[in-house]
Parts: sequence; C-alpha cells; structure tokens
Amino acid sequence: MSAGGISAEPPVGAAPPPGAPPGRLGRYLTAGVFLTPALVMLGVWMVYPAVYTIVRSFFGQTGFLGTWVGIDNYKTLFTSSYFVTAIKNNAIWVAVVPAFVAALGLVFAVLTERVRWSVAFKTAVFLPMAISAFATGVTWRILYDQDPNLGAINALGRVVSDAVTPPGVLPNALPSTPALQPHGGGLLLKTPLHPGGVALLGLTGIAPQDMPKGSTQAVRPAPKAGQINGVVWRDFKPGGGKPGVVEKGELGVPGVTVELRSSSGKVVQSAKTDANGTFDFTNVSAGTYRAGVGASTFAKSFGGYSWLGTRLITPSLLIAYIWIWAGFAMVVIAAGLSAMPRDVLEAARTDGANEWQVFRRVTVPLLAPVLSVVFITMVINVLKVFDIVFALAPESTQQNANVLAFAMWQTAFAGGGNFGVGSAIAVFIFLLVIPVLALNVRRFKREI
Amino acid sequence: MRRRNLRAAGAVVAVVALAIIVAAAFGGTSKGAVKSTKAQAVNTGVKGKVSFDGIWTSSTGQKPFQAVIDAFHKKYPNVTVNYKPVGNNLPTVLATAVAGGHPPDMADIAQPGTIKQFANQHKLKPITYAAGVLKQNFSPAWLSLGKFGGKQYAFVFKAANKSLVWYNVPAFKTAGVKSPKTFSQLLNDAKTIKASGTPAYSIGGAEGWTLTDLFENIYLRTFGPAKYNALSAHKIKWTDPSVTTALKSMAKILGDTSNIAGGTAGALQDSFNQSVTNAFGSPAKAAMVFEADFVGGVILSQTKAKPKTGFNTFVWPQITAGANAKAVEIAGDLMVTFRDTPAIRAFVKYLASAQAAAIWAKQGGFGTGNHNMSASVYPDAITRATEAPLLTAKSVVFDMSDNQPPAFGSTAGQGEWGLFQKFLEKPKNISGIQKQLETAAAAAYKKKK
Repeated sequence: MSAGGISAEPPVGAAPPPGAPPGRLGRYLTAGVFLTPALVMLGVWMVYPAVYTIVRSFFGQTGFLGTWVGIDNYKTLFTSSYFVTAIKNNAIWVAVVPAFVAALGLVFAVLTERVRWSVAFKTAVFLPMAISAFATGVTWRILYDQDPNLGAINALGRVVSDAVTPPGVLPNALPSTPALQPHGGGLLLKTPLHPGGVALLGLTGIAPQDMPKGSTQAVRPAPKAGQINGVVWRDFKPGGGKPGVVEKGELGVPGVTVELRSSSGKVVQSAKTDANGTFDFTNVSAGTYRAGVGASTFAKSFGGYSWLGTRLITPSLLIAYIWIWAGFAMVVIAAGLSAMPRDVLEAARTDGANEWQVFRRVTVPLLAPVLSVVFITMVINVLKVFDIVFALAPESTQQNANVLAFAMWQTAFAGGGNFGVGSAIAVFIFLLVIPVLALNVRRFKREI
Repeated sequence: MRRRNLRAAGAVVAVVALAIIVAAAFGGTSKGAVKSTKAQAVNTGVKGKVSFDGIWTSSTGQKPFQAVIDAFHKKYPNVTVNYKPVGNNLPTVLATAVAGGHPPDMADIAQPGTIKQFANQHKLKPITYAAGVLKQNFSPAWLSLGKFGGKQYAFVFKAANKSLVWYNVPAFKTAGVKSPKTFSQLLNDAKTIKASGTPAYSIGGAEGWTLTDLFENIYLRTFGPAKYNALSAHKIKWTDPSVTTALKSMAKILGDTSNIAGGTAGALQDSFNQSVTNAFGSPAKAAMVFEADFVGGVILSQTKAKPKTGFNTFVWPQITAGANAKAVEIAGDLMVTFRDTPAIRAFVKYLASAQAAAIWAKQGGFGTGNHNMSASVYPDAITRATEAPLLTAKSVVFDMSDNQPPAFGSTAGQGEWGLFQKFLEKPKNISGIQKQLETAAAAAYKKKK
C-alpha cells in the first residue's frame, strides 16, 4: 500500500502493531467518511426495510406494527388455498423457466454462430429484453385473445381450421320450435313425413345482416302428391312472432342444404332451398320419412382456444416469459462461446467426433459455468416474478396464475391491506432466494 | 492478504446483493414511505392549507374537481387546497400513509369498507361541525351512508347510479322489444333478442365488480334495502336462502350461455370497457349491458352510438312486487378528513353545498344526492335521466362489495369478485358458491386485528 494513498480496504489482515503511527487512524477516518453515505443509504433503504419486514411478519393486519400474532401469518401462508396455489405455481415456474431459457439460449447461441445474418437474428431474439415486461404483457394479451378476430394466435388457428372444414352459411342459427331437434350437428324434424307432406323448418338466431343475400318473403308451399316439400325460413319478426308459423315479414333462407331421410335414417335425397326458402323432393315413394337441415349449414368457424382461461393461463404466461428471457440467455451464452478455446473443438473433430458429439461432449461441458450463471439468474428472477402475471393475466384468472410476489402485492397493497401476511410472504420469498444466492456468491469467489 | 481481502469484498457483495433482493421484494413499502413524507411536507399544520389526496386523475375528473377547488379559493382566498391525483391505488396509498402516521388532510374514498377501517382505528375526524349544511342539502338516506359507529365521518360528494341497464336501441328495435319493467319481462325479451340474431347480454366478467353489481341489483330488487344492508354488513350469512333465490335469478342470465356475447368463456375475458363496446360498437355483438351511469360516458367516447337513437337506458326492473323498486344502488366518492382545522372545516362545508355540486354537475360525469341542486343543471337528457333519481331517492344503498372489508369486497380475483367469476363459469353451482362466499366473508370480517 502506498503511503498517504486513500484506501477503502477494510481493516483485515495483520492487526496494527502497538503504537501505530497516527497516520493509520487518519486513514480509517477517511475511509469511514467515504463509506458513510453508502452505509446510510444501505441502512435506510435496505437494512431497515428488511428488518422491519421480518419483524412485521409476526404482527397483525394493519398499523405500524399491529398486534402480535406469532407465526399465524406463516400458517395462513401454508394453509389457505390462495397461497398454496401461488406456491405451486412458483414451483412450476422454477421447474420450467430456467431450464427452457438456458436450453433455448444455448440453441440460439450455437445456431447464430453458423448463420449468415447472425447479428440481425441476435438482435431480433434479444429485442424482447428491451421492452418493458408490462408492454410485453399487454402485447401477449392481445396475441392470446380468444376471439380470432383479435388474437393473432387464434386467428392462425381459424385460418387453418376454416381451410379444413369451411364454416356453414348459418353458423349461429337455432331451431324456432322444439319440433326441430339437433341431429348430428344438423337439425331434424321430429314429426315423420309421408309423400304429400310439408316440412316447416323454422330457424331463429340469425341477425338480419347475416341473412344470405337475395332472400325474399318466405312461402309455405302447398302439398303435392308424390312429393315432400317445405320451407326453411327465418322464423322471426320484431316482437318474436308466432314460432312455427310462416308469417308476413319473415324471409326465406336460400342456399340451405335440406336432407330427406328414410325411416332407417339414411339420406335418400337432398335439395337446396330457393330465394323464398322453399324446397321439394320429387318422386318420393310411399313410406315414412324425416326431413332436416344438414350439418354443413351450421358448421361453426373455429372459436379460438381460451389461452388466458383458467386451464392454460400458467403455460401461456411461461411462454411469454421465456420469449422475453431467451434473448438474455443467448447473449450471455454466445459470449461464453466466443471465449471458448477453438482448438479443443478442432481436436475433437480431428479425432472423428461428429457435430452432435462435439456439441454434447465438448461445447456443453465447457459452457457449464456460463449455463449455470443463466440458470441461477433465472431461478432468482422467477422466484420474484410479478409484472408479467400482473399485466398478462385477466382478473378472472389471476388467481389461477397466482405467484408469490403477486400474492404479496395483492395481500398487502391491492385491496388486501394485510401487511402482516404480506410481510410473511416477502420473508418467505427472501428465504427461498437465499440458498440460490449463496450458491452464486460461492461460485463468484471460486472464479475470482 | 489478498485472498482475505477478497473474501471480505465477497461478503460485502453478498450483503449488497441480499439487500437488492430485499429491496426488490419490498419495493412497495419504500415507495409508500416516499409518498407519506411528501404528504407531510405539504401539510405541516400551516393554517389555511388543505392537502387532498384524490382518486380523480386527469382523465377521470381532476379538472372539474379543480374547478370546484378554484371556486372555493375565490370564496376563501387565504385557504389553499392542494389536490394530488393519486388514482385508483388511493386506498393503498392512504393505508400506507395512515400506517406511517402521515395521512393527507382530506381524501375521497370510494369504499365505505375502507372508511370504516380507518374510523375504527380512530384515524378519521368526525365532520359533525357540518351537520347543519349537510341536513339542509341531503336526505337522511344519503347521510346515513357517511355514518360509521353512529358518527358522521363522511358524506357522498359524487355519486353514480348503479341501478341501470343500458341497451342498444337498434338491437331492441330489430327484436321488437321495449325496455322491460319487470325481471320476467327482461328474461322474455332476452329470449326474443336472441331469436332476432343478437345475443342479449354483454358481461364484462374479466372484472369481478361488474358481476357483483349484477348480483346486488338482483338482490336489492328481490328483497329490498333493509335486507340488502343486512347482507352488506354480514348480518345475514351468504348461505342464507335469500342469497340462494337471488343467485338462482342471476343464473337465469349467466346460465344462458348462447345469449351472452362471446359465451361464458368470452365474457370471462371481457373487460368492462369491452363489454360496453361489444354492445354499442358496430356491428353490435350484444344488446344490453348491466352497469352504472358511467356506461354512457364510455359509449360516447369509444363508440359511434348516439344518445336515444343508438343507446338508451332503463332502471333495473322490479323482481318482487314487495321490494322497494325505487331504491337506488349507488357507488360514490365519500369525503373524509384526517385532521380538523378551520381551513378543512370551511372546505368540507363548501363541498356539501349545492353550489359546489353544480360546478361539477354542469360539466357532466357527476351525480349527486344534493337535493338543493336542480336536475336542470345536468348537461344532457341522458345524464338527467340517470342522475335525477338520485335527487329524489327515498332509499339509497351503497354498492355492497365496496361496503365489505376490501379483502372480501374489492380485491381482484379474490373474495366476492373472484367467487362471482367462478359463478359465471359454473352458474349451476349455487350452493357451492354460497359456501365459499360465506367462508371468505367470515374470514374477512374476523380479521379485524
């Protein structure tokens, strides 16, 4: 140590010899003066809140301290289903996210080394890191929207499913009377028909703007010998009208496929309706028949998966979160890769190892320290995860998506007003983070 | 030497890292502390200054309230009112400020449950000094809403009529139905509307409060104000047969999945705003929204529908003939005081006057029970129609969920809000939901430590 130099080194090592020169005391004093601001900041913003929170977790709901409740708050934490869900979800997060982020990061990092536009690719993958988690949440919320008209993911699903099974002309139509019953996706008239009969197939639940173009006033056809005829019409007029009766102002539905089934249920004839909704089956031999509307008319368009519903909400959150952090892992791992001795890889290749073996037996073991940095960072991040849950989960499924940090915020601040239990959760998160942190610090020391 | 120093440095790093984690975990606490010291900074007991933490922000009414303050300032030039727009986190900010011992002089609180907590903790000052002007302007039904433990701690300055249903006029016309007067008419009309090709109901089930409001109106119209208030105060249990009856009525709406815009699953993900745009956007995806007067504002700002020709409103239809059909459910902002100075007294009395109410009422988005303010002050026909009932209401009840302890009544995804969302998901499970409601309510009422 150069004499007279200012040193912030703590007084460790050899004890000052008795009768040390006064210069040493002066040095401690200077060090103390320089350390004070930092210590004050630490004390006010970190040590005091931490100690207060730990103490607070043993007291009741409100007030600066409230009443002493012992470990009741912690009991609540492990008994109420609300917190148990949060703990379970946190466990899922810890189990899934760090592994996936590290794995994806590794794959991206190794691949980007080999592609031509690697900088562009890296930028794209890293970009989510530059967006606030809240904005990410809002964006993904729209992507995940159940309505395929809004949510991009479900819109994709609709495109695919509509290509496979095209939607019918009247996806939302309903029978107007109980005489018309659901049958294999379509509708079938309950009453049997004979040649000379008339089938009245009334439908409702069709908005005026959804009516096929060119429809005209519905007509109830007159019975004809040797034929079964009928009408499919929008059995509704303002006020409801009389269900099952063709009235003035009610339109026929053109273009509907009507099927005639024999008594065994087999389709013997099918016909399309005209502009006024009428149809007829000619040359019907004697016997009992039933008429109905085919299933294809009512085929619904893909309605979308409920990504943000109670079942899928946690996986949906995990995907969005991994999307954010994969870029971080990629950058860190890519840095590790570029620092890796190439000659080892070359040697392995020379020895006849294929690319997979090189990757599995050489690259990954050499990258282990970097991978563990990513892994541990992610474990700590995930234990504290909050913002993505807050921004992405709709209120109706927040409870299913609950995690510890979110539960803490909700219990203490967002309406709960229970600072005791809130503090208990905070302490619990703290305890969970400590071992991971200790691991990190130990590794730090080894590397230095 | 070097190694040991490094170890010490490592220890420092560890402490700092721990501290950062702790700080991250407790971020909220320190933020609250900043706010409370700020509040203290503007109100060090200087006479003639009033600090006011309000829920209204620049987009939700800060301007008209500032106009009210300015008019007051003209009357009392030596009193300065400092309004701070806190927003919807106000109860949290206040709770933290009160816990820290530095609340603002005044605040407006929308949850009587929160006010009750503060009153029980003796953090509020009674406003009995304003009894004269309050009595002159408000009916006993209104004043009772601000009484806690028999003392007047607050009064409703701004109120919203929650006993309303909004409907899409063209959709009703297409279906050929008129605004229903009774609940059975409403259900019949809903069937007709469905047959006409539009789902009848639009429900913003992603936000639990829209569902509790629906339940509350049904309960109020079935059993009347007395029983409503008893349930509200948890003097009737949630397992009571009356709740069963009300939930059965509610299930007639929620269980009619194909008659709800987007079905049950869609409704659970629709926010309140979406529920409004569903019903009044073009093309309309539904015909009715069960919500308060403020729906009108959302329609005007987010859709192209025009009053009377595009949208209109009717009073929540009667369910039981015996129940008081004129009773109005309201939500509102209650004025409370955390200190008692001459300046605060002057401002409280002023806020209770018809003059103060008229300043905001003129600008719209405001309702009041101040019967000395004429309904003609309201800026348009729709507002007059929705707010006039407040002036003459003989019986006023406060939004039930706001009356409960916040843990039960107003926490997203939890308590009443969360459970009614579960009910929307499975409207057949009436007894199950009742049991869960009762358990949650009992826990919230017990936790008074």
